[in-house]
Amino acid sequence: MVTYIVRRLLYSIPVLFAASALIFFSVHVAGDPLATLKQNPLASRQTIHNIEKRNHLNDPITTQYAYWLKEAVTNKFGSPLLQPGTKIWDDLKRVIPHTLQLVVLAEVLALLVGVAIGVYSAVRQYSIFDYAATTFSFLGFAMPVFWLALMLQILFTNIFLKWHVRIFYTSGLSSQNPGGGIHFWIDRLQHLAIPAMTLMLLSIAQYSRFMRASMLEVINSDYVRTARAKGLPERKVTLKHALRNALIPVVTVSALNFGALIGGAVITESIFQLDGMGPYFLGALLNQDAYVVMAWLMVTATAVVAFNLIADVLYGYIDPRIRYD
Amino acid sequence: MTETRLDDGDPEFPVVGAGLDTATISPATPGAVTVADLPDGIDLVHETGLELKSRSQWAYARRRFFRHRLAMVSLVVLAVILLAGVFAPLITPYSFAAQDFAHSGQAPTFKAHHYFGTDVLGRDYFSRVVYGIRTSAKVALIVMLVSTIVGTIIGAVAGYYTGWIDNVLMRFTDLILTLPGLAVLLTAAAFLGTGNPIRVAFILAFLFWTGLARIVRGSFLSLREKEYVEAAKAAGSGDLRIMFRHMLPNAVGPIVVNATLIVGIAILTEAALSFLGFGIQPPNPSLGKLIADGEDVSSTMWWLVTFPGLTIVLIVLCINFIGDGLRDALDPTQRRTRA
Repeated sequence: MVTYIVRRLLYSIPVLFAASALIFFSVHVAGDPLATLKQNPLASRQTIHNIEKRNHLNDPITTQYAYWLKEAVTNKFGSPLLQPGTKIWDDLKRVIPHTLQLVVLAEVLALLVGVAIGVYSAVRQYSIFDYAATTFSFLGFAMPVFWLALMLQILFTNIFLKWHVRIFYTSGLSSQNPGGGIHFWIDRLQHLAIPAMTLMLLSIAQYSRFMRASMLEVINSDYVRTARAKGLPERKVTLKHALRNALIPVVTVSALNFGALIGGAVITESIFQLDGMGPYFLGALLNQDAYVVMAWLMVTATAVVAFNLIADVLYGYIDPRIRYD
Repeated sequence: MTETRLDDGDPEFPVVGAGLDTATISPATPGAVTVADLPDGIDLVHETGLELKSRSQWAYARRRFFRHRLAMVSLVVLAVILLAGVFAPLITPYSFAAQDFAHSGQAPTFKAHHYFGTDVLGRDYFSRVVYGIRTSAKVALIVMLVSTIVGTIIGAVAGYYTGWIDNVLMRFTDLILTLPGLAVLLTAAAFLGTGNPIRVAFILAFLFWTGLARIVRGSFLSLREKEYVEAAKAAGSGDLRIMFRHMLPNAVGPIVVNATLIVGIAILTEAALSFLGFGIQPPNPSLGKLIADGEDVSSTMWWLVTFPGLTIVLIVLCINFIGDGLRDALDPTQRRTRA
């Protein structure tokens, strides 16, 4: 197991290396990173010259890549192209925890709800509940995330305007004076609730379908029949013998989802103005700050690679039929 | 063994549909068996005069699809929506840019034909939505064609040749899958420039071929071991002919299903890009942009957000149901749990 993890970690290095090259060269092929700045009448020639010099923009592109890679590894991505005074890593350090709070909340709840729906659908196959759950998940797959976010925002804004009850906040991460300790976290939860609901819908749709399929497969297997035959109560058969084995694929999928969502909640975060990875990325794109964009893409690619690895390791850990050597 | 297998020619258990040796289907009892129940390849025409068409695999797939009620209903609904988009100038009461100042900010009403209401500038949202369907459909169709062709070719080449070609192509595919999709699209759109529906479509297609390439590679890996491929090789057929003339028709089921589902994903993604301001630009109307336009006033003028969104949901829902029906029709061995 340990050798497997070490081997996979070593294998991740060339993958990330290739990803960095792909990111760097495609961003640079797409255009001159200073194109917008050069059109800005307020930017003096001296400023542009300084930026070009600092980031070696007049060197051949492979040399530029080498400089960028060195900066990324030794200096945590260095400074943004357009704001030399600040550090990219300081911004990332601020936004990543916000994104993690949202993603953890949404995914944990979605996993619980999705698994419950999936198990019940499988146990009561072709019941009204099963059809309702199927319809719900098809709706979830067909719904644009940003539209759902806006509809929830409209709903809760109107609840507030009409009855003056503040159940959940509809934008931002904290109130102006959230207080300290437990009050801060309650306030934070009230802010994260609607964004989390938005993210949850698609995940619940996905997990419940997965869970239903794998549960149906397990329920018809021999060892479940054996468990029934030896007289175990149905509840125990379902929860102890069937559920634990049916969970295996869902756990893997959720680990993959988790990695993808670190950079995949862009829309939700920007609609609710959550100061996470998403709004930071969109801001960098609007400024056309290529160095921030590349740093962001590297962080999210690393997250995907890391959670792929976690998914594979988890898979080997929870499924005794799979042994890595 | 006490278990009796019914289909191994036991004369006591004649089974309808077990094969050519179903001797009990005699012309003397024509009412017992309907034509549709007979399996492929039984020729009763000469003996009984019954009209019996021999059906190809495709005919069977078509019949299974037409019997999938949900998919058929979805097909009809989708056709209506798309036709509305195609004939937009004929059916919309207003042009998508026309302003009706007397009814600006109007909630949905049948008066003055503002079925979906109007925005602050008095533009009719029903007309704008119908024109938006047109743009979305155009983008989605191009994405489907380009990504299906690219994905099929890359998957076919990787699966047919295997070895280092396969390795290089698949590692490249994995690499693209590592990058967060929406972020790559946003980056491409921000630096390449956007606005034109066709350019947006090609940017989307760049990402969407990966899933299909993996599927096609998988089926080609198993198909290349089949005897008919060996026979074609022995007969001197070239690689291209074997790949696209002999193997591709046998891998076409998953490709069709995937192409259908890509249309839905493309519509959702294009809407998201346009919503964020990196997709289709005005004056081209697009469903995502319409929702973005309504965002600022969403708490008071709810209809501006609601109707374009519902249209997207309806279109994608229909496409997914059709995809589901196609999957059941084209791949009966993998029939999923659905009554």
